[in-house]
Formats: sequence, C-alpha cells, structure tokens
Amino acid sequence: MRHVISILVENKVGVLARITGLISGRGFNIDSLAVGETENPALSRITLVVRGDEAILEQVRKQIGKIIDVIKVVDFTNEEFVERDLMLIRVNVPAGKRGEIIEIIDIFRGKIVDVGQKDLVIEIAGTEEKLDALLNLLRPYGIKELVRTGSIAIARGVK
Amino acid sequence: MIKTGSQILLDALIREGVEYIFGIPGGVVLPLFDKLYDSPIKFILTRHEQAAGHAADGYARATGKVGVCLATSGPGATNLVTAIATAHMDSIPIVAITGQVKTFLIGNDAFQEADIVGITRPITKHSYLVKDIKDIARIVKEAFYIANTGRRGPVLIDLPVDITIEKCEEVIPTTVDLPGYKPKYEGNIRQIKIAADVINSAKQPVVYTGGGIITSESSGELLELAEKGNLPVTTTLMGLGGFPEDHHLSLGMLGMHGTVYANFAVTECDVLIAIGSRFDDRVTGKIDEFAPHAKIVHIDIDPASISKNIQVDIPVVGDAKNILQELNKQIHFAERKEWFDKIKQWKKKNPLTYNKSEDVIKPQYVIEQICEAAKGNAIITTEVGQNQMWAAQYFTYTKPRTFISSGGMGTMGYGFPAAIGAQLGRPDNIVVDIAGDGSIQMNIQELSTVARLNIPVKIAILNNGCLGMVRQWQELFYNKRYSGINLNGNPDFVKLAEAYGAAGFLVEKKDDVRPTIEKAFSIKGPVIMDFRVDPNENVFPMVPAGQAIHRMIGTMA
Repeated sequence: MRHVISILVENKVGVLARITGLISGRGFNIDSLAVGETENPALSRITLVVRGDEAILEQVRKQIGKIIDVIKVVDFTNEEFVERDLMLIRVNVPAGKRGEIIEIIDIFRGKIVDVGQKDLVIEIAGTEEKLDALLNLLRPYGIKELVRTGSIAIARGVK
Repeated sequence: MIKTGSQILLDALIREGVEYIFGIPGGVVLPLFDKLYDSPIKFILTRHEQAAGHAADGYARATGKVGVCLATSGPGATNLVTAIATAHMDSIPIVAITGQVKTFLIGNDAFQEADIVGITRPITKHSYLVKDIKDIARIVKEAFYIANTGRRGPVLIDLPVDITIEKCEEVIPTTVDLPGYKPKYEGNIRQIKIAADVINSAKQPVVYTGGGIITSESSGELLELAEKGNLPVTTTLMGLGGFPEDHHLSLGMLGMHGTVYANFAVTECDVLIAIGSRFDDRVTGKIDEFAPHAKIVHIDIDPASISKNIQVDIPVVGDAKNILQELNKQIHFAERKEWFDKIKQWKKKNPLTYNKSEDVIKPQYVIEQICEAAKGNAIITTEVGQNQMWAAQYFTYTKPRTFISSGGMGTMGYGFPAAIGAQLGRPDNIVVDIAGDGSIQMNIQELSTVARLNIPVKIAILNNGCLGMVRQWQELFYNKRYSGINLNGNPDFVKLAEAYGAAGFLVEKKDDVRPTIEKAFSIKGPVIMDFRVDPNENVFPMVPAGQAIHRMIGTMA
C-alpha cells in the first residue's frame, strides 16, 4: 500500500541520511521524497512516499520516530490530507497540434512557462493522480523531458 | 576561559565523570593526546581499537556508567565498528570518539580518512561530526545524555584535527535541549492498572525479563513483583543476574539454550509479562507457537519494541523501575498450586544437567567450579559460542551486572576486552572471561594490555580444539560434515601467557580443575587457564533454529 509519511525534523546534518537508511536498509524503494524548511527555519519537513508491507512500514515509522533529530512522524494513510506534486514537462508539439495541446493544459489548469519552436514547457501542480492523468493525455504527442518534486502533504482541518 | 578544542573536549569528559578512556593514538588525535598527558583521566592503551570499544562496553555494563573509547581517523575508527555494533545491539551506553582529518580535507580521500559517521550510522543511537569548536562542549553533554538515557546505546563523536587545535572561549552548557528526544519514563497509569488486573487473575503466569531490568536497575522491584504476586521468572541471556537464580521462583534462562521448564512454562502460560526484553528470535523460536495461549503484557522503554515480533495485548511504555514500583502496589498474592506443581514436575523430569564424567573434563563442570570458587563475588564475561551458553547455564547468577556477554551481535572476541573494562570499573570483584580456544584468539593481543597494567582478569579457556558451536551445528544439522572448524595449530596458551608476562596454567585432569581456579583467583594479576575439555560435548537442551521453543532436543526426557 502507498503511504505518505510526513516527518518534522531538526534542520541538522545527517537526519535525512538516517531516515532514508532505515527505509533502504529494509529493501524498500522510496517513491518520492521532498524536503524543505518549515515556518520555523530550525525545522524541516520531509514528505516521503513509500510502498511496502504494512507491518514492516509500521516498524519503520516507529524507528524513524526514535531518531534523535526527528520531532514528529505522521503517516497520512488513514487521515484526511491535501497532497501536491509539482511537475515540469517538456512536451513535443507536432505540426498543427499546438492548439489541441494548449486546450488540454487549460483543462488541467497547467501553465505554459516556456515556448520553443517544437515544444512547450508546462508547469502543473496537483495530486499524483491528476499529474498522471495529464501525462497519459500528453504522451501521444511525445514527452521529451519530465521533472517532478515528489509529493508534499499537509493535514486537512485543525485537529 | 580560552581553550583549545582538545582541552574543551577533555574538560567536558571530566564533567561527565569519565575515569577511563580506552583507545589507541594516531596522527589526527595527537593534539588530544598531548592534552591527555596532563589530564586526570586515565588512558588505557589497548592493542587494537576493537578491544578499546569492547572494554568501554564492558566498563559500562559492569558499572552502569558511560564507557568511552577513542581512536584515530581511518583504520582506527573503522576498527571500532564491531564494538559499536555490539553495544548498539545490546543497548549499551558508550561514547566513541574518533579523530577525523582536517575539516577542509573531508571528502578528499585524505590520508587515513574514513567517513566514520556514515559507516556507523545504522549502528549508533546518534552521531556527531563536529564542524565548529564552539559546539564541542554541547555535543559532549548531549552525547552522554543520549547514550545513557531512554533505551541506551552508543554515540559517536567525530572530531576533525583542526578543530582540536583551534582556540575559543569555553562556554559550559548547563542544559540539554533536544526537542526530538524525550524518552518516556512514566508508564500510563491506566495501562498499568489493566496489566495488574490481568496478572492478578492469571492462573499460569510467567515473567520474562531481559537486559532492561539491569539497565534500569530494577532487579529489586522485579524480586518484589515476583514474590508479591507469586510469579515464576525466566530471564533472557541479557537478563541474567536480573533475578536471583537460586530463588525458588526462578526458571533460569529461556530460549534456544534455555531450560526445558522455562520454555515449557512460556509455551503453556496464560499471561506472559515481558519486561525490558524484546522477543528476540533466539528467545521466541517459531513465532506462531510462542506463548500461544498467553495474554502478553510488555513493559519496555522503547515504543518501537512493542509488537515488533510478537503482537502485544497490553503494552506499557516507560522505565521498568517506575512502572514496576507502580505495578507492585496493585499486585496480589495468589497460590496457583496447580501451575507450580506442573512447573515442579517439569523441573524434576528435565533438570538442567549434563553427562558427568571422571575421565574427561566436562566444560560445564569447569563453569560450576568457577561459580563455587567465586562464592557469588565474580563478574563473568564471555566470548561467543558454546563457552557463552555453558557460562549462561551453569553459573548461578544472583546479582545484576555480573554476567557480561555479547547477546544480540554475538561477537567473538568480546569477552576478554570487556573483562578489562569490567575489572577497571569494579576493582573489588573477580572478573573471569569464559572463553573458547577460538574466540580468545580474536583479541588475544590484549594480554599485553593486562600484563603491562597488571589488570587481574582471569581467562578460563574451555579448549576443545575446534570452533565448538559450529561443530555442534554441523554434527546435528549437516550430517557431521565438519567444515572449517578445526583449530589445529592453536598456540600453547600457557607459554603464550608467559610470553606476554601473565601467568598460565594447563589443566588436563578433572581433579586439577578446582585447585587451579583457586590458585588463579589468589594471583593478583592476569591468568590464563587452559582447560582441555571434552571435545565432543554439546550445548543442550537446544531448540533447533526456527522450531517452537518447547520442541527441544538433547533433553533427558
């Protein structure tokens, strides 16, 4: 099962290595990983998406919680949360198809951030599903390059 | 006051109460050793860094204080790795200090450079690479706090040489501020109440305790729990000494080489009270058949230990001492005659015993004689293998911090250097390393250390001419196809001891066992006793790997 895990850490050297080590040491691949400062510059938030056996992931989550510089670990799997992934796509523009592609991008509320002779660079944010859906539609035109930030997530409402 | 980084480090160690540092000098730690020359801290020069790490660990286990080891960068640091891993697996508080190349050379493949923080990351509770001299005092304070609180463990401080030479105004930290590290000591009152009710209404309870009882200094509370509630107690290897084995409620050790009655009792119990133990695979055997009828209460300081291997019904997270004090108030006596009759029958039918002999020296006999001769005043360290299991089975442990052994990691070569640390920490006790002829050679160079400093460690080699535990497995599970176990070419251990300046005795006859032990104990210096034991002896009872713990082989019944 896919788990979105949000980890609040002290902004210190080595903490990310310890977290990824706990996951990779058990042979799990990390689907995505995003790190950035929070409202408090002394703290960072790591959002990671990982798939694997429930019991082992539960153990990983507990072990991450034990890392000295980790302040809080939340697994969003059974919670209400908002998730966003940012993607930049360089899509091929075959002759006469520019209008069609722009129409698709508009529907998805994507932004064109660079225009070339034979391609467009699109910026789009959303859930993984939304981004994947757009990709499926653009793939027939030819995707030249793709970059994603990985998911970031935040809880809904105030608990 | 303006001080160098080296001086700030040493002064911080003194503030933490450090008496001994075990280690070996080298290039990048020269400034530190220059300051150590004038320091009240006693430096114990070992002959290999691994031994320095184990000695710090043995000191910690024997005293409850943090052990400190020190090595230079590169090979000095990597030689500590096995010792750090050993301490990590058994939750032992040590602080390992390693020298590092100059800050600006880090990552440049400089001479004797190793990324020791990276190498040891999975085997340390925490680690520091010091990048600023102003951080040294704070880091030392945090390191000792982290090592010796919560679930204990090793902390590594990697110190680049330029920082040890620099100078700055020393600022002494008074508090530790670690927002992400708040070990929970008090148990949840409601959970304790539920646990008490379950224990009080149990018909066939068993208490199963581990190293946590020793770390938390709660053997007194455990004894009270057992006596007040009339509860039989079995301990893990790490828990030996946490409950007096001469007590009528003691079931001895459980698990792969535990007693038949302990394993039977755990299998049949209706309530299992696990305290400071982690359901290790050497304890549980086949998970599905471990305590299948039991409601499981688990008291542990580490929330990650709860339901890791075995689903726990009533977890209580916190310090065992605090929790037991609260729990004991709510525990009532119950007679449980049927249960104790059953246990008595198991004990009668399957006592812990071996085939005694007049012709050859049985290794178990040696352990029994060491136990009698020491009159309860010995600290036993062990190597790993058959020697370790016999030492666990045939010595009667009655006090905490008297059995020191590499449990989780199973590190051969641990016992002798650990004995050095234990002996320095507890100078009034006899310290005996129970060794095999294989294990002892993994850190034999430390004979130099003990002879030079006259550290009176006694080494009892149960010499069977082979790697005995491996031989046992090959005999039982690999059709006696003995592969890679023959220790032909062993040195003459008596001459070897003498060459280093220690005493050595060869014992080939059963009648000489006891007198030699007495003689060794009377010598105020290091001694090797080379006991030529029955080479065919096996450790029994035994649960074959992956089997349920009540399916033991080599029992009398």
